[in-house]
Amino acid sequence: MIRAFHILKSNPLSLVGMILVLTITLCAVFAPLIAPFPDHNGAVVEFLNANKAPSAQNWMGTDLVGRDIFSRIIYAYQISLVLGVVVLAISTPIGTVVGLIAGYKGGWIETVLMRITDVFLSVPPLVLAIAMMGVLEPTLTNAMLAVTAMWWPWYARLVYNIARSEREEGYVLAAEVIGASSNHITFREILPNCLPAIITKMTLDMGFVIIIASSLSFLGLGVQPPTPDLGSMVAEGARYLPDSWWLSVFPGLAILLAVFGFNLLGDGLREILGVEE
Amino acid sequence: MMPLLDIKNLELSFNSYKGLTQVLHGIDLNIKKGERVALVGESGSGKSVTARLVLGLLQEARNAKASGEVLFDGSDVNQMKNKDRAGLRGTDISMIFQDPTSSLNPSFTIETQFHDVLKRRTPDLTKEMSFERACALLDDVAIPDPKRVLKSYNFQMSGGMNQRIMIAMALANKPKLLLADEPGTALDVTVQSQTLQLMRDLVSENDTAVLLISHNLGVVREFADRLYVIYRGRIVEEGPTALIFNNPQHAYTKALLSAIPRITGGGLPQIAEQTDDYLAPKITHGAI
Repeated sequence: MIRAFHILKSNPLSLVGMILVLTITLCAVFAPLIAPFPDHNGAVVEFLNANKAPSAQNWMGTDLVGRDIFSRIIYAYQISLVLGVVVLAISTPIGTVVGLIAGYKGGWIETVLMRITDVFLSVPPLVLAIAMMGVLEPTLTNAMLAVTAMWWPWYARLVYNIARSEREEGYVLAAEVIGASSNHITFREILPNCLPAIITKMTLDMGFVIIIASSLSFLGLGVQPPTPDLGSMVAEGARYLPDSWWLSVFPGLAILLAVFGFNLLGDGLREILGVEE
Repeated sequence: MMPLLDIKNLELSFNSYKGLTQVLHGIDLNIKKGERVALVGESGSGKSVTARLVLGLLQEARNAKASGEVLFDGSDVNQMKNKDRAGLRGTDISMIFQDPTSSLNPSFTIETQFHDVLKRRTPDLTKEMSFERACALLDDVAIPDPKRVLKSYNFQMSGGMNQRIMIAMALANKPKLLLADEPGTALDVTVQSQTLQLMRDLVSENDTAVLLISHNLGVVREFADRLYVIYRGRIVEEGPTALIFNNPQHAYTKALLSAIPRITGGGLPQIAEQTDDYLAPKITHGAI
């Protein structure tokens, strides 16, 4: 803990990342308290106030139907974070288990599992997600599904490579020799030694999941209006650039800040946990 | 008396894309209860695979084919079910390896790993009880301040400490047979001899039989009662340690012994890499 603090202190960028991530998370959690216009997260229309530039009342201006953009960004963070957490919470365990079993057992199990993984990896990630969303209905749940489907193979690859090298370590042989079962060795001996890399990748990936999810909704394949989403807000405002710049620029900046924050924090974690790139 | 471990005509082949490669050509070896036996040979002669066959690790590998008998306590390890073989490991048979530091998992404290080992014998052992037991065991291997050591990780300790921890773990469940595969080769010579001394005292206290696998003849001479010399998958000479060291009969044993550097100087003699008499039939010293 103390060591972690020192590294954070000596690495100001990751401290910035942590502050960004904390701020965004707090905003998202307490959105109803922080947002100046909490009701603007739904289908509210205030045409008198439509498309106004940033002012003291609407810090980031208002959108085409008069909703406060700042409030909507805070609610959009809520959705982005939930999506990111859910996607990672599902894809990480799947990928980890696949990678661990393939890496430790070897043989035909390894071949089958890793070739399936390769099939997923061979399709460009965004294309795979778009293809899935094209078939499914564009809802939040389906967006999560699509992103999860393209995400787990990366964890399978990562964990597989670590498990492969850990398998050769003396402690694995020592565990075999005292009669530990292969389940015990896979999950109680090898897995703990993969955790630092997994945690680091999860932090870095939060940012990327947010980008992919925003890309989907930018293309109209993700969360549907009136639910606020950073990607669809950028898309909506893009038609009115450059005159009504606040429509796109602020949601875009919001994406940037979130991704930037998670990346910096992930880099710091990598250093603290001693994970090699 | 029936020997604790009785290996009869053990053969082992590995299946590769080139076909079968035979690595053990019928090994006969036995160890009585509480006896210290050494298996000596150059690298690649089949020492370690023999140990793995005793543990039943290689029988489970798909590309290895073993035949012959490995009788442990009267039952044949070659014929056992995988589950029964796993049941022997860590309870009646345990093993120590070359590099003690990498034999311990860096993610767990020594305490946790001791708990896992002790649970092999007594599955319902509580953490507190295992801590007490582990303290006593570490005390036996002359580790000062065992409480602190139990809370540490392998990378926080020296190789010699880890070696002693490994010995304590290997003997924790009072095994009948301890396989020591070049123990402490990764350590420096003084630490190595200290730990061997310690190991010898402990095994004679517990009446544990030991199969010491080594290429270090100095270690073997100090440690073992009886000696097997292995060459290219065949036992070439066996007998009491003193007899073989004083009066080697087989050409290969003679060559092996003359390859020890002497402190009196004179350099090493020129020894043929391979001659026909190295493959001469086995010589047994002293009728058993």
